[in-house]
Amino acid sequence: MSQRLIELITAAKQAGDISRLVEAVPYARFLGVSAVHVDGELRGYLPFSEHLIGNPILPALHGGVISALLESTAIFQLMWEAEAIVLPKTITLTVDYLRSGRALDTFARGILTRQGRRVANVRVEAWQDDRSRPIAVASAHFLVDASALPAAAP
Amino acid sequence: MSDSDDERAAMRAMHLRFEQAVPHNRALGLRVISMEDARAAYLLPYAPHLVGNPETGVLHGGAISAAMDAACGAAVFQALPRPMIIATLDLRIDYLKPATPGRDVTIRGHCYKVTRSVAFVRGVAFHDDEADPIASGTGSFMLGTSSRLRAAEDGA
Repeated sequence: MSQRLIELITAAKQAGDISRLVEAVPYARFLGVSAVHVDGELRGYLPFSEHLIGNPILPALHGGVISALLESTAIFQLMWEAEAIVLPKTITLTVDYLRSGRALDTFARGILTRQGRRVANVRVEAWQDDRSRPIAVASAHFLVDASALPAAAP
Repeated sequence: MSDSDDERAAMRAMHLRFEQAVPHNRALGLRVISMEDARAAYLLPYAPHLVGNPETGVLHGGAISAAMDAACGAAVFQALPRPMIIATLDLRIDYLKPATPGRDVTIRGHCYKVTRSVAFVRGVAFHDDEADPIASGTGSFMLGTSSRLRAAEDGA
């Protein structure tokens, strides 16, 4: 991991504001996804926009957009909770689509299920106007950059 | 050409128009390479706005998975006996290696089984060589869904 990226992540964690880090990712800006702190928890937030539509007839959000929000939220959560500075690499992402994503703002919340030395597991849930009715859930495995862990440092 | 060939050709043309009208496919820059029986291939051209790591310029996994979803969905549509609305039920992506910065990605989807309610697909993303993939995907799609049906199922 480059020095600049380590500095960016460190600064974001110290400031308690992960949004700066998210702004550095071009794909996150393209989607309009951001990280917000609400009621003491970190959430992924994706405001509705026309370019996110996958089915113009319904209309419904593109499945890939929902998947990207879930994956991004899982990464935010992992970077946020990990004691070390980590840049997670996705190994596997499994998304279950429960309801069609309507033309509304979408939120997501990740739970770090297990943080190992090399692999972390995160579960994520996405919802729109009613949190008790999730539109999608996901489970992801990440490879954690071991070179950035303090134990591996010289 | 038989009637069913005509029907299939008409369906393919309709589907091609539909795919090109999908706002997010356009935003991604996705282009249809081919559509044939139960298979679909898309090109995801490399673009700066799809980058996940600003240091390396490697494409974001989300862009690959969005293209995978599109290619798999299109493959399902090509496998259907008649046009109907489909919805992704689940999709698993394995990220096998980072995409090479600056290079386009090809995504192929293949629908290998259609039942009355569900279709099953596999997909692969690669640069030039399908045997050296960037990502692989496997998923299932619900057939004949509609917003009204979904709303009824939800008890809304």
